[in-house]
Amino acid sequence: MTELFAFLLSGITVGFVYALVGMGFTVIYNSSGIINFAQGEFVMAGGMSMVFILAAGVPLVPAFALAILLTALLGILLWKLTDLSKDSSQVSLIILTLGFAIFLRGLAEVVFDKELHTIPSFVGDGSLELYGAILSYQSLLIIAVSILIVIVLWLFFKKTTLGKAMIAASDNVEAAKLMGINIKRILMLNFAISASIAAIGGVLLTPITSTNYEVGIMLGLKGFAAAIIGGLSNPFGAVLGGLILGIMEVLVAGYLSSEYKDAVAFVIMLAILFFRPGGIFSNLKAQRV
Amino acid sequence: MKKLLQIIAVGFALFSTTLTAGDTIKIGAIVAATGPASFLGDPELKTLKHYTEKINAAGGINGKKLELVAYDTGANPKKAVTFTKRLLHKDGVVAIIGPSTSGETMAIIPMMEKAEVPLVSMAGAVAIINPVKKYIFKIVATDRMACQRIMQDLKDRKLTNLALISGSGGFGKSMRKQCKEVAPEYGIKIVADETYGKKDTDMTAQLLKIKNTADVQAVLNPGFGQGPAIVTKNFAQLKLTQPLYQSHGVASKKYIEIAGAAAEGVRLVSPPVVVADKLDDSHPIKKTALAYKNEYEKSTGSQVSSFGGHAYDALYVITNAIKAAGSEDPKKIRDEIEKTKNFAGVDGMVTMGAEDHLGLDTKSGMVLLDIKGGDWTIVK
Repeated sequence: MTELFAFLLSGITVGFVYALVGMGFTVIYNSSGIINFAQGEFVMAGGMSMVFILAAGVPLVPAFALAILLTALLGILLWKLTDLSKDSSQVSLIILTLGFAIFLRGLAEVVFDKELHTIPSFVGDGSLELYGAILSYQSLLIIAVSILIVIVLWLFFKKTTLGKAMIAASDNVEAAKLMGINIKRILMLNFAISASIAAIGGVLLTPITSTNYEVGIMLGLKGFAAAIIGGLSNPFGAVLGGLILGIMEVLVAGYLSSEYKDAVAFVIMLAILFFRPGGIFSNLKAQRV
Repeated sequence: MKKLLQIIAVGFALFSTTLTAGDTIKIGAIVAATGPASFLGDPELKTLKHYTEKINAAGGINGKKLELVAYDTGANPKKAVTFTKRLLHKDGVVAIIGPSTSGETMAIIPMMEKAEVPLVSMAGAVAIINPVKKYIFKIVATDRMACQRIMQDLKDRKLTNLALISGSGGFGKSMRKQCKEVAPEYGIKIVADETYGKKDTDMTAQLLKIKNTADVQAVLNPGFGQGPAIVTKNFAQLKLTQPLYQSHGVASKKYIEIAGAAAEGVRLVSPPVVVADKLDDSHPIKKTALAYKNEYEKSTGSQVSSFGGHAYDALYVITNAIKAAGSEDPKKIRDEIEKTKNFAGVDGMVTMGAEDHLGLDTKSGMVLLDIKGGDWTIVK
């Protein structure tokens, strides 16, 4: 029993990491219909720039803000690229994000380096012991921040005029335009928000996993799987998708064999795409948020 | 920006070296200077360039200047094959150093054998030199040797039940296989055998499984990159009490830096160059290793890893052979490489023979280290 509990807890920690990445996918997909395959690279960009900004002697909080800002600018750059080629098909735009991802990886290799980097944990190296299971403080921080982001996103979309305009724009572009909503600006903002969420994830994750220029590949894939499981158009679904994925992975690794762990994400994803293409909650009539 | 310029400069240098012809001895090099194995190829290429210059500044070999013709494969075997063709048939080199990885090496072996030009590989797999092939040599300790060294230590400490947690990348996979093969020879039983993905961010599940396995007396983690650092951190978080062994894949200061306090008390096998300054003065390769370490760190500004040393050894094994042969005939050079005796390289003492195309002595080529106070201590 304690074993199962320990596995579950470990799965939840991993799951929130996937959730953070997954949420970014949904924010962009929601507004533009583009699956942004550079999402994992945004995570990497956040973490790597944090490492180097800190190394330059900037204190923690401004460094964090700067890392987010830098990544958000990359997000806006990607938006600009998609905007320049907005007459192309959806598939071309998705391929564009794939190219942007490769570009970012190469850029990180040149601007930063090819080494692994880490930063000290923000909340100390300690950990919480719960019935024989262990939760490090940094993991707790990730969980808390993920929940916070979900709440802020929810409030933003439900309560602010800008958030409502975003939902309107994703629901019906033409009608939104007629209502005087600046679609371009909305899209740009969505890319920036999505990149910022990724950067926050990347920075928080670095003390636990360390980072290098190619850390975004696997994180991006797992985050994508989380988003697919939860339904691509629903940021809150992505959180649940991430949790399901994290817990399944840990259970498979713990009770079956760690050899199958990485296959889990993709098996679940395929099953969802076959049987419930709208995401696991699609029967709950999940609309674009 | 400086980095960018450096990279452009290296790029130009790579091409320009092929253009300057003249009365020189051409040695080919195939390295994975970029891409997934750049941690190998990058220090290797830097080492080759630095020491080629050094040899030339000292007057070259047999009165001729050495010319290094280097190509970057990005760890792609197809490119390795293409570049080998170019080196053999267009550039006309007398010997080839490299490739950096085992897969690439295996891919070009048939061509080297056919062309009858000696190859000194910098890759790890045993298959490269076993069975012995006439023109193929290698310089790097095999992962089998690392396993043997660890198993011997476990035996000495009377720890017989070993749990494995291996990375699923090439390095971890190969070492896991070798360790499982040699374990019975030392009376060691593998009681748990876990793996993790190269890019995994959390190994708690696998370690929990090991924690819940009865009678685990020691844990070994073959792997390279960030994986072992995360394993080490999770290991400490879960308060596992068994001794943790790491492979030569983590033998760099980077590992201690990333794993932090959790690395305290970890034991690992390592090539001697990493601790060159701490070696006993009687250690046969102390002088070479220390000189290499200082020179590498001075000329590149980055910390020495165990990998650049392979390039040093390969280059000197070949140039020594050219000197001894007094000729640039690849066949004669091959014969002299095979006669290499008591060569004190960075990786260890090398004595080759007709039946041994590696010739590395395990005792001098592998040291056991403990991590204490954020630094290495040699286990006596």
